[in-house]
Amino acid sequence: MLDLRLYMAQRLSALVMAPLVLGHIAVMIYAIQGGLSTTEILGRTQGSLLWFLFYGTFVLAVSVHAAIGLRVIVHEWLRLRGIALDVLTWGICAALLTLGLSAVFAVTLP
Amino acid sequence: MTRTRDMLQVTVQRGEAGKTRMQRFDVPARENQTVLDVVSWIQQEADPTLSYRFACRVGMCGSCAMMVNGVPRWTCRTHVSRVANDGRLDIAPLRNLPVIKDLATDMDPFFDKWVAAEARHHPTRGRLEEFDPITPDNPERAEANLGIECINCGICYAACDTVAGNPDYLGPAALQRAWTLLNDSRDADRPTILAAVSGKGGCHNCHSMGSCAQYCPNELNPMRAIAGLKRETVKAALRGKRDA
Repeated sequence: MLDLRLYMAQRLSALVMAPLVLGHIAVMIYAIQGGLSTTEILGRTQGSLLWFLFYGTFVLAVSVHAAIGLRVIVHEWLRLRGIALDVLTWGICAALLTLGLSAVFAVTLP
Repeated sequence: MTRTRDMLQVTVQRGEAGKTRMQRFDVPARENQTVLDVVSWIQQEADPTLSYRFACRVGMCGSCAMMVNGVPRWTCRTHVSRVANDGRLDIAPLRNLPVIKDLATDMDPFFDKWVAAEARHHPTRGRLEEFDPITPDNPERAEANLGIECINCGICYAACDTVAGNPDYLGPAALQRAWTLLNDSRDADRPTILAAVSGKGGCHNCHSMGSCAQYCPNELNPMRAIAGLKRETVKAALRGKRDA
């Protein structure tokens, strides 16, 4: 159920995600250990182009990667195929993009 | 060597697709005995209506593969003493293929996928021309040589969980054959092979679980071949983008 195009999209999105995951974990550890409050976190992220690009890219890569991965699982385990499988793939991608980008906008828009 | 039992308890899957049942036979245990010997004994001594397939009996023709205690095996080269579970054998037709009757499966889907993978020779020259010599030291030739001993038995296809979950997947044997041809200087149509293994049922569906390599009776490694195809298709796609 994976052709070359989807295979490359999943591998390339994984390539993008790898350093971002490490960065995200580092940020989480830093934020918790330092005892940063919500206000302090938002004070650093709101209006920051850097954090917008960091988590915006993360959300894009995750949406592509997860949608393709779930597509394979749904096809092999539930036997969904054809247009229904394409609709589900794009639906998962759109849902993750919507949820992720709304979160990114919420914390980075000034 | 002394045997602790005189008889083997053998369960054989009988019947046609959708109407299968298990039938129990007691078969005399021998000092040296293959699983194919057991199946042949049942057909010759107990039930002549048992259908199964074999030809060479020496591990060359690839026609006698069956599921033995849940594992795909070439039955002519599988000794009962190595696989019997407390004197019991469960014998069934190869997994992932339609059953014709009893232990005989319809191999058409398996070989149709060889054609779909372009795993067939594309000639470079006519019959009056000299053919390209085999050069064992050439790295591509060495890579092709790793896969050319395939006997088309279908064991890797039966062992593959990706085939079980995704019936469109071309499977390890067809893809390995495509890989050997891709590395063969006497094959003329590299782009067609790469296109054929890049479709919806192509090499990119492989999850690298390795059952093909684990169960191949000739100890080949189709997973390695499929990894090679993934690499070459990606390289070709990137080259194509750059050339455009």
